[in-house]
Amino acid sequence: MNNTDIKNKIENKFSELTISGEDKEFLTIEIPKNSLKKLLSFLKNDEELKFDYLFALTGIDFGEELGVIYHLESTKTRKTIQITVKTNDRNKPEIETIHDIFPAAYFNEIEAHEFFGIKFKGHPDLKHLFLPENWDKGYPMRKDYTDINMLIR
Amino acid sequence: MILNIFTDIHNKLLEHMSGGAAHITELILIAAAYLGIFAILGLLLVWLERRVAGFFQLRLGPNRVGPFGLFQTIADALKLVSKELTGTVKADSMLYRTAPYFVITTALMALSLIPFSHEIQAFDINIGVFFLISVSSVGVLGIFLAGWASNNKYSLIGGMRTGIQMISYELSVGMAIVTMTVLAGTLQISEIIEIQKDGWLIWKGHIPAIIAFMIFMIAGTAESNRTPFDLVEAESELGAGFHTEYSGMNFAYYFLAEFVNMFIIASVAVILFFGGWLSPFGITDTIPFAGLFWFTVKVIGVIFIFMWFRWTFPRFRIDQLLTLEWKYLLPVNMVNIVLMALIVWLGLTL
Amino acid sequence: MEEYLTDQLKTQEYFLNMGPQHPATHGVLRLLLKLDGEIIRNVDMDLGYIHRSIEKMCERDTYKQIIHLTDRLDYLSSHINNEAVCLLVEKALNIEVTDRIKVIRTMMDELTRISSHVLWWGVMGMDIGALTTFMYGFREREMINDIFEETCGARLTMNYNVIGGLRYDLHENFVKRVKDFIKHFKKKLPEYDKLLSNNVIFRKRLEGIGYISKEDAVAYGLNGPTARGSGVSCDIRKIHPYSAYDRVDFEEITFPEGDSYARYKVRIQEMHQSLSILEQLVDKIPEGEYKVKTKAVIKLPEGDYLQRVESARGDFGVYVKSDGQKFPYRVKFRSPGFANLTALNKMSEGLKIADLVAILSTIDIVVPDIDR
Repeated sequence: MNNTDIKNKIENKFSELTISGEDKEFLTIEIPKNSLKKLLSFLKNDEELKFDYLFALTGIDFGEELGVIYHLESTKTRKTIQITVKTNDRNKPEIETIHDIFPAAYFNEIEAHEFFGIKFKGHPDLKHLFLPENWDKGYPMRKDYTDINMLIR
Repeated sequence: MILNIFTDIHNKLLEHMSGGAAHITELILIAAAYLGIFAILGLLLVWLERRVAGFFQLRLGPNRVGPFGLFQTIADALKLVSKELTGTVKADSMLYRTAPYFVITTALMALSLIPFSHEIQAFDINIGVFFLISVSSVGVLGIFLAGWASNNKYSLIGGMRTGIQMISYELSVGMAIVTMTVLAGTLQISEIIEIQKDGWLIWKGHIPAIIAFMIFMIAGTAESNRTPFDLVEAESELGAGFHTEYSGMNFAYYFLAEFVNMFIIASVAVILFFGGWLSPFGITDTIPFAGLFWFTVKVIGVIFIFMWFRWTFPRFRIDQLLTLEWKYLLPVNMVNIVLMALIVWLGLTL
Repeated sequence: MEEYLTDQLKTQEYFLNMGPQHPATHGVLRLLLKLDGEIIRNVDMDLGYIHRSIEKMCERDTYKQIIHLTDRLDYLSSHINNEAVCLLVEKALNIEVTDRIKVIRTMMDELTRISSHVLWWGVMGMDIGALTTFMYGFREREMINDIFEETCGARLTMNYNVIGGLRYDLHENFVKRVKDFIKHFKKKLPEYDKLLSNNVIFRKRLEGIGYISKEDAVAYGLNGPTARGSGVSCDIRKIHPYSAYDRVDFEEITFPEGDSYARYKVRIQEMHQSLSILEQLVDKIPEGEYKVKTKAVIKLPEGDYLQRVESARGDFGVYVKSDGQKFPYRVKFRSPGFANLTALNKMSEGLKIADLVAILSTIDIVVPDIDR
């Protein structure tokens, strides 16, 4: 099963997403945030695809938008796939949690919340994991974050 | 020969004071002497442990301060003496301060029973072995109190573990000793040694005696809180266990007491199984200090086995520890006593 | 009966703060244990005690500079981390490196893996209570560090990889030293089994403890030897071969049991495999350049790049989003230890403190790798 097959399979099921990178190492999917969960559970549970290993969950600041990038790997075909979801709202960014589909996402979502301020809807405990408990100086990994001590630029 | 010195002192004292006063002075002198023995024993054993550990761990161990690094522990002791005594704010300070003395006192009391040779023994009563067991079981209180009074959860867990462990393994130590006293027919330590003049008890009692020895060694390791039974300290789990909050001399008391307890356990093993200060070649009374020499050699031999355990085995978990005691050692011990009684009754001793 | 007892003996759950300074947490990891007596009801973790925000720092560094930061992630497999970044850039710019570079990189990887596993083995024994193993582990580690020192100039954070090759050529003693090491280690590995693996107490402490099923292992994102102890086949060296791994013959070690002892066995067996890889390569280091010429300023074309390598702890990944500048737009280091640690609560439920220490040891965490 190569990238084109995977692409066709996903495009048959979902219409609202854009897929690119057929000739690259892995497919890159961009999907609106409201159908993210449906896509992920499809990718995980489909017998042929079986993208059941959440390799990485990366929070990212696109400048205008905030987003999360999911890297999934299939334990069956050993193919990797990259899924991007974006949100426009920089003040109250909300993306649905996926920790009920991939338990591995639990702590990664906490991390993304801490550093990018992305609120994962449905996550039970978005506490401070890396930052101190009383941290209130914003979200350090965002591009517009200024550190008064200039420790990180 | 040493006895002469003792009688000399006794006579000298009587010349200067009344009988009662002389008696009390003698007691004080003996106590002071035993405190000295306690300290020297502790320091020497710590040194020995380090050297043995070095031997097992592909390194040298202390070798800079004094010949073979002998004074290293003295330097460390000086450091400990000069250290500040710290403690937690909300600790139960009375219990916290007194707890080390429970351990020290019981170790000293038990030490007084040990015959270093046929002349050097402070306290030889007819219930010697029984007294030894009873006294050493008080020591657990000190550790338990330390765990409780420190107001530290790690200490508390360590203290609770001590309670469980010591109470369990006391049974095995006690019953192994009982097995041997069945064979010896007496509780007085000097008499137990006297009986062994024509052969050590471990040969006389053959099979049950060897079983008793094995159980005694296992339970003895547990009694002295050493690996594989060092759950009380368990430095990888509890930091330092019951003495987490102790510093300076208070810590040193526990440290020394632990080593002296190991010495006591080893001594009891030597007394009960290997003929105490008796020479293995039958010549004892004629050569001065021969008793002391043979006793030391045997005890160090047993201590080496304890150290061997420590630097080889991993640690038990608390439930495995209890399983070992209650499901294996205790039943075996029970059967072993009956076996020993049968052998003595039927006269099958060698 | 048991119900009656639990009803009569009312117990109270309490919290125990394990770390950030604690011998078993291997660094500054803080665990909040909810305990009932000694039985663990819940493990909560608090990280970030050495968080240096390396990912953010990477955003203001050039690709050449990033390599040096990766050393500080998982310092026990620093060479492998370096390699991940180099491979990523080389893949993005289509830089073809010579066979010599590939083979040397692979050999260094395996030496790193052995040195990391040897250290793990020593610490593992120490966590279980056998202090002697630590010294035995360091005996072998010292030899490897000497090899590194001669060739790379450093013993821990080696910075030996650069984009397009290696920093220096091999030291002339390298081959001889590696051969000596292989000979020495072949004799000593069975000693490890004698001292620890076959010890009854040790086995009783690990067998059946910290069980995690194959399905859970995948779902929690476990990787490396930890996942292979649950029977998950996840060796990046096999799945996505890089450097010279496609030309050496080695087995992927998996054990189906899923308990701590299986994870222990995986690492011990991996040392044997690494040794065999070294043996295959040591006589066949090809001649050639040790460095390929690259541009002075490296700019990655716009796009997403992902490179995964098998570090000593597992599936280490670097994700780079580039916007065509000489600085990356976003760098993500996928830390194997972080993923493994997330399953700790699942593994240690209902066990005792001593078991938690054993489990922490068998998942082999390095805190700087988790905190990043």
